[in-house]
Amino acid sequence: MEGIVDWFMDLSNSKSVGLVIFFVTFVAIIIYVYGSKKRSERLETYRDIPFLDDEDNLKASFKKGEKE
Amino acid sequence: MTHSTGSKAEQYNYDIVKKFAIMALFWGLAGMTAGTYIASELAWPFLNFDIAQITFGRLRPLHTSGVIFGFGGNALFATSFYIVQRTCHVRLWGGKLLPELTFWGWNIAIALGGIGYVMGITQAREYAEPEWYVDILITLVWVIYFLIYTMTLVKRKVQHIYVANWFFMSFILATALLHIFNNLAVPVSFTGTKSYSLFAGAQDAMTQWWYGHNAVGFFLTAAFLGMMYYFVPKQAGRPVYSYRLSIVHFWALSFMYMWVGTHHLHWTAIPDWTSSLAAAFSILLLMPSWGGMINGIMTLSGAWDKLRSDPIMMFLITSLSFYGMSTFEGPMMALKSVNALSHYTDWTVGHVHSGALGWVAMVSFGSFYHMIPKVWNTTLYSVTLVYVHFFLATIGILLYITALWVSGIGQGLMLRAFDEYGNLKYTFIDTVLFMHGPLVARAIAGMFFVTGLLVMIYNITKTISQANKPVKSNATAQA
Repeated sequence: MEGIVDWFMDLSNSKSVGLVIFFVTFVAIIIYVYGSKKRSERLETYRDIPFLDDEDNLKASFKKGEKE
Repeated sequence: MTHSTGSKAEQYNYDIVKKFAIMALFWGLAGMTAGTYIASELAWPFLNFDIAQITFGRLRPLHTSGVIFGFGGNALFATSFYIVQRTCHVRLWGGKLLPELTFWGWNIAIALGGIGYVMGITQAREYAEPEWYVDILITLVWVIYFLIYTMTLVKRKVQHIYVANWFFMSFILATALLHIFNNLAVPVSFTGTKSYSLFAGAQDAMTQWWYGHNAVGFFLTAAFLGMMYYFVPKQAGRPVYSYRLSIVHFWALSFMYMWVGTHHLHWTAIPDWTSSLAAAFSILLLMPSWGGMINGIMTLSGAWDKLRSDPIMMFLITSLSFYGMSTFEGPMMALKSVNALSHYTDWTVGHVHSGALGWVAMVSFGSFYHMIPKVWNTTLYSVTLVYVHFFLATIGILLYITALWVSGIGQGLMLRAFDEYGNLKYTFIDTVLFMHGPLVARAIAGMFFVTGLLVMIYNITKTISQANKPVKSNATAQA
């Protein structure tokens, strides 16, 4: 265990550490975005935000996730 | 909800949007005219007139700064301030003073830099030529810009932060990082213009191109993608094709861009692994770039007829096509073997312009044609002139790119050719003679593009003047 920690603390391994951190984070984002049907549906509702401040859509905008 | 009463012009700070939009067109004309003039100098050298101040070396940074920071920067300030207000449903934070400070600070910085170039004052770092005193001014402006944008997001009345704002925030943060580290320098004196960089040798080159390519990545790509993610759906009248894809697009682009700058330094004294790493990440970048392009173009799915009937949509979708093309060409040129031919030739210049004219300028024009009538509460003076502008610009870009493919690839092949004895087959002047024809075509292409911009400026001027007529503005009022 101590050996693994030492490896990560070694500055010359920073490139590999960086790669691991970025790759794991990116995979986590992909899982977050596509991993749940319910969450996917919620995320897709945000597509409408540019249209929420059109006068005709003001009422609808309240229902689709505005704070107030 | 602040927007439920009164007109949007009163609720939102459109005054600052208008100022930045006008200055974008001003610097666009100045920068593109300078570019066309120096392109003409390469084709017809007598245009130097033996005047040092108008030679290629001095006008070239005037051109690049004028179009990137003058045109592009002002366009980004204008559209980001417009988008953040409209997607957050709040007035821009900072009252009247802070946005005004960004406007005057940014434009004074560009003017100071430009005057310096003509006088020969430069720190000779590509796309970061202004000396230390301008760099400090830009830093101050950028901190205020960051504060305005962040606080407006904090005060938002819409729960979710729309993806266009993510792209703008990454642009603001990355540009701050790039600008500060690339411009670390020691002035010779506080009363003089000259400074020396903290970096030297290969380290200096790597810092320079870490900055240079990420300026392309975060200033000229991420920020304009923010523009795209708002104006393409708005103009198409339908939401973006996939919001989830836009999230993946954002994170993939943000993770990958920072690694690729060293592909500008293939076959030089830098460590070989940095070169290979940059090439590998450049190829990987193709995926998020094309994912974003497809997301933008597919937004029009089910409404393809707009490509025939709506010239603003033509600008926006053509810009995405050029984005796709130049983000394919870029990774290909980042391969070491291709780079051995393309580097130090006009091919690179052509590639840059397919991105700068085809993507950045076209998406800005399309966005402006959508936004300007809205902030002035009027309608466009002439849709026909938008068509005219579109075709002038498109012809100009296509001619430009093809001319420099011929010039650059031919130049590269000639510089690498050997005769039967292993000596160089062509002299340098042979390549110059070969390039003359394509360089003439390139200068003419620039004239097409500038003429298109002049048509736009006329159209926008008439649009604004009709909006300022009190009776007519009431009659044509729209949201």
